[in-house]
Amino acid sequence: MPDEKKEVIDCLRQTNFFKPKKIYDRGKVIIGIIILFAFLTLPLFYNMGMGKAGNVPEPKIDTPVIQKLPEKERVCVEPKRYMRENHMKLLDNWRDQVVRFGNRSYKGYTKKYTISLQNTCLKCHSNYDNFCDKCHRYTQTKPYCWSCHVDKPKEWAGKELEGEK
Amino acid sequence: MDISRREFLRIAGASTIVGVLGGWAAVELLAPGKLEEKYLLKPGALTAKRWAMVVDTKKMDEVTANRCIEACHRIHNVPDIADPKHEIKWIWLEPFENAFPDQQQEYVAEYLKEESFILLCNQCDNPPCVRVCPTKATWKREDGIVMMDQHRCIGCRFCMAACPYGSRSFNWMDSRPFIKERNPEYPTREKGVVEKCDFCAERLDEGLMPACVEVSNGALIFGDLADFKSEVRKILRTRYSIRRKPHLGTNPQVYYIV
Repeated sequence: MPDEKKEVIDCLRQTNFFKPKKIYDRGKVIIGIIILFAFLTLPLFYNMGMGKAGNVPEPKIDTPVIQKLPEKERVCVEPKRYMRENHMKLLDNWRDQVVRFGNRSYKGYTKKYTISLQNTCLKCHSNYDNFCDKCHRYTQTKPYCWSCHVDKPKEWAGKELEGEK
Repeated sequence: MDISRREFLRIAGASTIVGVLGGWAAVELLAPGKLEEKYLLKPGALTAKRWAMVVDTKKMDEVTANRCIEACHRIHNVPDIADPKHEIKWIWLEPFENAFPDQQQEYVAEYLKEESFILLCNQCDNPPCVRVCPTKATWKREDGIVMMDQHRCIGCRFCMAACPYGSRSFNWMDSRPFIKERNPEYPTREKGVVEKCDFCAERLDEGLMPACVEVSNGALIFGDLADFKSEVRKILRTRYSIRRKPHLGTNPQVYYIV
């Protein structure tokens, strides 16, 4: 076996298999590669600098209801960080607990809340454009909660639906 | 076999440690999980083993019936669509022959013939709609209410075909333009889902009676059928009642006193 291997390697050596190849039109090719790379990463740089993704959204919490609350009570059902990352999971659990088990009371981290998107969440966060929609647009998510769960279709769902289509 | 004092103490000590650790582990394992801990029934929520309704047709005149219908449809954002092909109804009126087609004796008392009967979802104990639902969007709760989860409904309308009472309506179009006065506390429904009466599950959870019962002046009686002392049982004990198409085996839980 080793002899056969040696033969093959010798054969390859004779046909210049192991010699480094020469790049024809080296300059042009390298420039081409650079241009290709720049082209492929353009969206990333574009968004970093000036595009939509560059403007990290800051949802506003300056609605009248929240403003009326004393400074100490301006908290959501869970800490801000948790809500930012997990509000969708929380809402999903809320939905299942209410519809499936009739559990309509939620022990938040400061007090108890009535579980309701319409009657609890949206009572405080009544600024759809500057709150919900701000991040949803940024992350290209299109939840359809509003098509049922809000009382101002024109100002809320209507705007979103028209805007997205 | 004799054991020495030292041996005894060692065994006793070891078993104490095992017992404490095991007990602690059991408490940890059996304690309510994080999820159960956070979600609770509202204090004062009405609960039962088997909710049921009795309609006292002697008291239920047309004015009362319309008041019930109006209250229900206003609270639940039920659209008022005139076209019978697209109409949506949770609670409605029907003449005797349509409400009780299996009670058609050749000579029926005239007062029955002329009367309109108030109909709603019968919250069957053996609900055919639940059997056919492919997504479990409709199911029977432990307290007997046949519930709808609009989030899961795919609009296949199998349940409508299965229901022998016509209690279910399909949203053929956007209902919002047809709602006269929106109740901001209750959601509307989207195009493409089925809806029906659910014995006001959302009001029971708040400790309130169903909307129609509240405005019926005693013509509708609501209560726990499993409770011997409940008002529904009292009435069913003393007065003769009929149900809609009981021979189908759905075991409807809305009783009509005629």
